[in-house]
Amino acid sequence: MQEEKEQNELINQVVNEKYKYGFTTDVHTEIIDKGLNEDVIRLISEKKGEPGWLLDFRLKAYRHWLTLQMPRWAHLDIPPIDYQALSYYADPTQKKPRPDAPKSLDEVDPEVIKTFNKLGIPLEEQMALSGIAVDAVMDSVSVKTTFKDKLREKGIIFCSISEAVRQHPDLVRQYLGSVVSYRDNFFAALNSAVFSDGSFVYIPKGVRCPMELSTYFRINARGTGQFERTLIVADDDSYVSYLEGCTAPMRDENQLHAAIVEIYVRENAEVKYSTVQNWYPGDAEGRGGVYNFVTKRGLCKGRNSKLSWTQVETGSAITWKYPSCILAGDGSTGEFYSVAVTNNRQQADTGTKMIHLGRNTRSTIVSKGISCGRSQNSYRGLVRVAKEAEGARNFSQCDSLLMGSHCGAHTFPYMDIRNETAVVEHEATTSKINEDQLFYCNQRGISTEDAVALIVNGYAKEVLNKLPMEFAVEAQKLLSISLEGSIG
Amino acid sequence: MLEIKNLHASIHGKEILKGIDLTVKPGEVHAIMGPNGSGKSTLSNVLVGHPAYQVTQGSATFYGKDLLALSPEDRSHEGLFLSFQYPVEIPGVSMTNFMRAAINEHRKYHQLPPLNASEFLKLMKEKRAIVELDNKLANRSVNEGFSGGEKKRNEIFQMAMLEPRLSILDETDSGLDIDALRIVAEGVNKLKRPDTSVIVITHYQRLLDYIRPDIVHVLYKGRIVKTEGPELALKLEKQGYDWIKEEIGE
Repeated sequence: MQEEKEQNELINQVVNEKYKYGFTTDVHTEIIDKGLNEDVIRLISEKKGEPGWLLDFRLKAYRHWLTLQMPRWAHLDIPPIDYQALSYYADPTQKKPRPDAPKSLDEVDPEVIKTFNKLGIPLEEQMALSGIAVDAVMDSVSVKTTFKDKLREKGIIFCSISEAVRQHPDLVRQYLGSVVSYRDNFFAALNSAVFSDGSFVYIPKGVRCPMELSTYFRINARGTGQFERTLIVADDDSYVSYLEGCTAPMRDENQLHAAIVEIYVRENAEVKYSTVQNWYPGDAEGRGGVYNFVTKRGLCKGRNSKLSWTQVETGSAITWKYPSCILAGDGSTGEFYSVAVTNNRQQADTGTKMIHLGRNTRSTIVSKGISCGRSQNSYRGLVRVAKEAEGARNFSQCDSLLMGSHCGAHTFPYMDIRNETAVVEHEATTSKINEDQLFYCNQRGISTEDAVALIVNGYAKEVLNKLPMEFAVEAQKLLSISLEGSIG
Repeated sequence: MLEIKNLHASIHGKEILKGIDLTVKPGEVHAIMGPNGSGKSTLSNVLVGHPAYQVTQGSATFYGKDLLALSPEDRSHEGLFLSFQYPVEIPGVSMTNFMRAAINEHRKYHQLPPLNASEFLKLMKEKRAIVELDNKLANRSVNEGFSGGEKKRNEIFQMAMLEPRLSILDETDSGLDIDALRIVAEGVNKLKRPDTSVIVITHYQRLLDYIRPDIVHVLYKGRIVKTEGPELALKLEKQGYDWIKEEIGE
């Protein structure tokens, strides 16, 4: 009740706000020359002081990438991307070249710290949000990871992936690419070749992570791509809740973001992964904005393991993203809860894959698409039940909400069921916020804009409730901002 | 409080109201009756500012303010309430959230601070009792899965919450059984204050047995063709509208 009240007040506050994360930071950034070739990959690897096996991994991925074409099957109109016109490494933390990331905040350019403060992500631990450890990534480099030492006491490793490569090479080598192979798809190959920073999480056996872990990604530099890579390993009987947030400055040009998130879940372990994606969506005419091509996948390897994806997607000019679960362990569970909002000229093709391999595996898909303006919003999902997967169950619900008559909502559900004991349910609805609903609210004294926020938050409630509290409030604010001007 | 002069209105280019004159004073209960298609619902929709209707001529003032110049939400804030004939469902929005948004918008308009959670819940509870609205319904989405009778009770509950100066009840009796009709009508009567007014739009005398009108109007083909005391409603109930049609020369 109190929470709801606060949330409603927040909505009211922000209805008139624009994209407020659109500022740029003027900071000395070391950017390598534009273009992509083996020398660039060697340079990135060298800057990060990587071992030989990782360079080999990158080069293999690069050579494979050269043989691939950009996927064209999504319901997206993607302009040609000149991969040679981008820079693949931008480091805002360095005053002088150095082989590794800064050790303490004193070494980081104060402008960078200020940027994260402005984004509401204080990096000084005494000021940080209680109960949330943050890995802050700007462009290609992790700036700072908070509460690292406190977590270490429990045996939890939470650091940037570059640091993990140096400090825990065996763990990284064991799991990197084990869920998303560099051969998986075009963007996965590209990421594997040039990935810069991202987070690494290892939760040891039997440990329940005492705080939320989160990574905040910020693109700042012009003409660069961000290729982050996150790897989460939950050992037997462990639990972790992980949050991811993203913003970028407003720029006329498009920025490329091609990430990989891999999650490995062992016996009886549970991972919750939540995303609030708010990359710059471009302006009302569709100029600028981030191209968000992301491969996210988790492997529920152990018996009774569980992976839950929750995403609120409001940003990006183009989104291509299908957080998936491979349910290999018997009795494992996969969940996908999604709200995807598109406004103006945004395009989103997003959904999930639930691959049932083990016995008695269960999956739940709840997808809520909201389309406004001239945007295109597609749900694309696959439920596959393998021959051996006795007793698999899936429930899918895909709802679309349309505002106005120039937008598009599409649903592409694929099912591939090879075991006759499977129970698979699919429900889909398409609704429009209609004038009668808005007028009813008006007659009771509620303005149209507030009425839209009320209805949309109600529509998305089932998903928003899955988010940790801090994020739920943030997500509600975001929804309101994204919908601004959607009723003409 | 309400003064309508020569009001003409149309929908999709078709004129429905063809010169309405109506004055409602504080404390009065007016009944508007008339055959189907005479413009009763159009009149109520035009008064609350439904965007589908265009006013083509005439005026309406509410406590001296030009009603037609106000947005629908400001008409609500000024104290005009419509109990809808067909209340819409708003899935996902709880009655509690909906009502709190409405109440606080009204308070904001009158430069009052918003109610805090406990004050608000107390108010909900108090007003629910007036129409015997179940707590469970208050926790559900707006009108979703409500029976016909529950929807109408919910309308009167909202009227109780918002304390309007003028309430228009648009066929509030349609689809109600005898018990629900009594509860709804008694609710309206309990809410009646000496300075508040009600316009009851109905086809039947049975609602007027409970909510006693001071004045009864007959609306026919977009005009008010007859205005008399409560006995007019009884006569219509017995004799129908043919004698009125004859009177006006049809």
